[in-house]
Amino acid sequence: MIKIVNLTKSFGGHKVLDGINLTMPTGQITVVIGKSGVGKSVLLKHIIGLLKPDSGQIIIDGQDMSLLKGRQLREFKRRFGVLFQGGALFDSLNVFENIAFPLREKTRLTETEIAKRVRERLVQMSLSSEVETKFPDELSGGMKKRVALARAMIQEPEIMFYDEPVTGLDPPMTNTVFHLITKTHQESGYTALMVSHDLPEVFSVAHHVAMLHKGRIIAAGTPEEIQNHPDPMVQGFIRGEVDFLEG
Amino acid sequence: MANLVRQLGQRSLNIVIEAGAMIIFLLEGLGLALVPPFRPRRLLQEIYQIGVKSTLIVMLTGAFTGMVMALQGYYTLKQYGSEGALGSAVALSLIREMGPVLTGIMVSARAGSAVTAEIGIMRITEQLDALDTMAVNPIQYVVMPKLLAGVIAVPLLTAIFDVVGILGGYLVGVILLGVSSGSYFSGMVRSVVPLDVYGGIVKSLVFGLTIILVACYKGYNTQHGAAGVSKATNQTVVLSAVLILVWDYVLTSFFM
Ligand SMILES: Nc1ncnc2c1ncn2[C@@H]1O[C@H](COP(=O)(O)OP(=O)(O)OP(=O)(O)O)[C@@H](O)[C@H]1O
Ligand SMILES: [Mg+2]
Repeated sequence: MIKIVNLTKSFGGHKVLDGINLTMPTGQITVVIGKSGVGKSVLLKHIIGLLKPDSGQIIIDGQDMSLLKGRQLREFKRRFGVLFQGGALFDSLNVFENIAFPLREKTRLTETEIAKRVRERLVQMSLSSEVETKFPDELSGGMKKRVALARAMIQEPEIMFYDEPVTGLDPPMTNTVFHLITKTHQESGYTALMVSHDLPEVFSVAHHVAMLHKGRIIAAGTPEEIQNHPDPMVQGFIRGEVDFLEG
Repeated sequence: MANLVRQLGQRSLNIVIEAGAMIIFLLEGLGLALVPPFRPRRLLQEIYQIGVKSTLIVMLTGAFTGMVMALQGYYTLKQYGSEGALGSAVALSLIREMGPVLTGIMVSARAGSAVTAEIGIMRITEQLDALDTMAVNPIQYVVMPKLLAGVIAVPLLTAIFDVVGILGGYLVGVILLGVSSGSYFSGMVRSVVPLDVYGGIVKSLVFGLTIILVACYKGYNTQHGAAGVSKATNQTVVLSAVLILVWDYVLTSFFM
């Protein structure tokens, strides 16, 4: 279970997170929705330890993350898999080397075993074996996302983080990526946190939804509860109503 | 007036803070060279990127520097009837000054800017964050091999610069202007002492480390998208050229 308690964060006087409280149950997919620029990526980066909170706590399976430092923190993070907003594939490595990277760095598996696992993931992501030798800048957006997903999952993480997994993809590829997320979740039962502004598609993969607005969680519940939420802000966002009055 | 003083104070303070941050960055980078995992292949890749790929440009600048020095030196020395000292004049200025300084500036223009752009892009596309979440220390994986490669490659490139420069001087002085080949080399042997060579090596070591440190630091701390990368790259080239010249003065006064 991931528990966020009273998390706050400002950048140069601008308060991005203003007392976040949120619990993400083990083995389920929690989706945080909210407008672009509202601080979704900032929230996610706190949980994976890339940003330090001004105040508040992040507790993962009973471990307060702020008490971990340097090497300890890094080793704790080995339980995480992260799909970054832009994929964050290493430009200097080809697809095979990108997916194999965590195994080569962090395990003592033989090259044969590594190749076997990489190819399994490629198949799982419906990627043909020709892409193995391509470099990230030769891939389409959808392929990049799937390669990044393969790399994030190669160490079979206990907790997966997705930052905008489908933003910028066309509708069929959006469905494909969500299908892959649902499928891998059913197979391995990891805990997941996704941040996204792609509505209403995210409702189909979420077990829990929370809405971030002006630095706070203004609504949380099952996808049905959120879709029928009485708060006009929530309704406005879900229906994609433009709010000219709100900055 | 008070405002001006305040601004000046703020600026100096910022410089001191940045210098301190850079030194901490350097110590962290070098310290991580002693901690496993060791990645010899990463070091070789960086020596290739920073060193081998700079060889041609360093040879080219070395050749022309030696040639122009022979040309200038010949007409100056001739006034005093001492063309025979041409070899030692060319060799001494190359080994003590021109070699380390110009090699440093060429490496910073070719490799330093590339290093900043590479790391800067890794920063803004979250590749450094990705390393971190895979439990790989980005400073150890990305920065440290580059620092070591700078320390290894720049002195070797400087040696190449010096040798090619001496041959360039030979081409102009001996073959074109008719200084005797014997006096060109024997003058060199008599006047260059080990301290000159050590001085040159120390300078090139310091320059190599400085260039790559600045390049890595600027890249690592890149902000604000693609514009940030180009700004960081720009700063790298300017700052490392200035630092090379400042270091050069400091080290020269130390060796004199
Ligand atoms: N490292 C940083 N330094 C300063 N400000 C930052 C930093 N990271 C994020 N911000 C600011 O925090 C705010 C929230 O950014 P964030 O990237 O979390 O938005 P987001 O909700 O993920 O948006 P999107 O849906 O477009 O990805 C923005 O105003 C951004 O400028
Ligand atoms: Mg974001």
